Amino acid sequence: MAEADEKEPYRWGMVVDLDRCTGCEACVVACHAENNIRISGEREAAEGRAINWIRIERYWEGEYPNVKAKFMPVLCQHCGNAPCEPVCPVYASYHTPDGLNAQVYNRCIGVRYCGNNCPYVARQFNWFDPHWDAPLEEQLNPDVTVRQNGIMEKCTFCVQRIRKANEQADQEGRHIRDGEVQPACVQTCPTSALVFGNRNDPKSQVSVMARSDRGFRLLESLGTDPAVTYLKRLS
Amino acid sequence: MDTRHAVWNDMRGINRDLLAPLSEVSGRYLLLVACLAALVAAGAGAWLYQIETGIGQTNMHPPIFWSSYIASFVYWIGVSHSGTFISGVLRLTKAEWRRPVTRIAELMTIISVMIAGLCVFFHLGRVWRWYYLIPYPNQREIWPDFRSPLMWDATAVFTYATASTIYLYLPLIPDFALARDRVGGWRKPIYTLLSLGWKGSQREWETLNTAIRIITPLIVMVMISVHSIVGWDFGMSLVPGWHTSIIAPYFVVGAVHSGLGMVAIGLYVVRRTYGWEQYIRKEHFDKLGKLLVVTTLTLAYLYFADQLTVWYGKKPDEMAILHSMITGDYAVPFWAMIALIYIFPLALLTNPTFRAWPVGMLCMGIGINIGMYVERALIIVPPLTHPRLTYQWSQYFPSWIELTILTGALALAVLLYVLLSKFVPLISIWEEKEGRLHAAAR
Repeated sequence: MAEADEKEPYRWGMVVDLDRCTGCEACVVACHAENNIRISGEREAAEGRAINWIRIERYWEGEYPNVKAKFMPVLCQHCGNAPCEPVCPVYASYHTPDGLNAQVYNRCIGVRYCGNNCPYVARQFNWFDPHWDAPLEEQLNPDVTVRQNGIMEKCTFCVQRIRKANEQADQEGRHIRDGEVQPACVQTCPTSALVFGNRNDPKSQVSVMARSDRGFRLLESLGTDPAVTYLKRLS
Repeated sequence: MDTRHAVWNDMRGINRDLLAPLSEVSGRYLLLVACLAALVAAGAGAWLYQIETGIGQTNMHPPIFWSSYIASFVYWIGVSHSGTFISGVLRLTKAEWRRPVTRIAELMTIISVMIAGLCVFFHLGRVWRWYYLIPYPNQREIWPDFRSPLMWDATAVFTYATASTIYLYLPLIPDFALARDRVGGWRKPIYTLLSLGWKGSQREWETLNTAIRIITPLIVMVMISVHSIVGWDFGMSLVPGWHTSIIAPYFVVGAVHSGLGMVAIGLYVVRRTYGWEQYIRKEHFDKLGKLLVVTTLTLAYLYFADQLTVWYGKKPDEMAILHSMITGDYAVPFWAMIALIYIFPLALLTNPTFRAWPVGMLCMGIGINIGMYVERALIIVPPLTHPRLTYQWSQYFPSWIELTILTGALALAVLLYVLLSKFVPLISIWEEKEGRLHAAAR
């Protein structure tokens, strides 16, 4: 692995600072707008089928009236050792050299093993063909595919932005600068609870923050090697 | 001299009795076929609707990505173990009582493997792209990923289907030859083709017996491998409750358990329909009941070992699942399953009088199959509804579309069996005769 890391300049990762998250869900909305995520509607949401690539998990602590809400944004962890990848019979779920867990929509036939095997339940399935209420269909992002009925999808770390920045950097003969690429959720977060960047650059903001002694990774004991680090002060 | 005459007369009687269903069609038979065809049509309509509108017609939702279709797949693969186990293991051990049972069970194998395959198609999100699972040179330049347990599964099931078709066909050749000579009409050319010019010479019999001797141990091994691999579809995952090493042997024994129950149903129905009391005797139900006691005890042992380990370890991920079954959302199906596949069989089948009671054995077979179906559903649903991140906990019960499709699949299985009964002798005629000769020689 070390050899691969030397050759590959990028390994994309994220830091989620739980001490800063207010649970406002701006990230969820931004993600919907950027990634052409279908509008599910009330009924599908009640059935648990609303598609969100990032969701705010809300946990309650304490007994009434001393109740505290805790928020935890959960998205695809882009695991270095992703459980969803080897179980796919058609290579729809695979790992890119720059550390993304990619989903190739037109290979997917919808066996949904990846969905079962993701311990974070990050994977979302298209139970029906997508639709957008007017005038939302006018604002689809031309850089992102619209997904058909019957296939899996999930957070891509806004791969379209990464690829665009990569092309720009290549043309200018340099590497992507720290902070040059931001997924929609990171860009939108009003409290800067989300930070994105290159983990192969030890000086990048995301690498510095991930080394914080507040850091942990979700369900790390499963050996999934997530690319998302959570920060939380223990008190 | 007298016994030889008696045996000779027996032979004619056997031919007459066992070939009779091939040429008789009653009004009740046609009515049954029509009813089954209507159910199949309803199921097919529901499936088309699901394909047209989306898998959302089921009640699946995150985190329940697998459900009734996969449970049915596992169940039908399990039922398919009836034929192979009964005829394979009993042929290997030269058990005389297998003779009238093997064909009935082998036909179940072929049909249930087909139905199991169909359940996978019900499940696929984009079933119109199913051929991506086949390794063929394509413009995408992608081979299927053989690291996926689902590819092992597809390979195993295909191998099993092919092998058990050959295994059904080999002992059928002499019977097809008999049908060619005795059943005329439009079917004669088909029987002629299928009997491969069988004349019944000594050399042909020796070749046939050698072929059966070679394929029998092989098919038993394929049978064990195929349900182990179905178990590994679950065992290889990280899902708590699935990720256990006992799942492969547990699946194999469970498959034989439900398969034997299905054979009990088949034996009763065939015996009752054609009045074949002198072929399918109480002795056969008794032997089947004894085998069921063995599978009940083995299965209970494996299940207990698995759940005891979970309970003693007290890992929260797995305890949530166990609690949901013992006292939670799934308590009713769980305890019904425990009663139907462990307690009733153990309490009743250890009684020789019950084992020799065909109606009782029929009910036992039905009970075990219902119980095993519930067991398959309980393997899939409670673990998936309790993922490690408790925020995502959920519940599941199948939708009307799912139930209609699966009822259609069950009806299709019965329909195929009913139709095949008019084409294939349901009891292996030459093996039955061989058995009489062995008995007379003793």
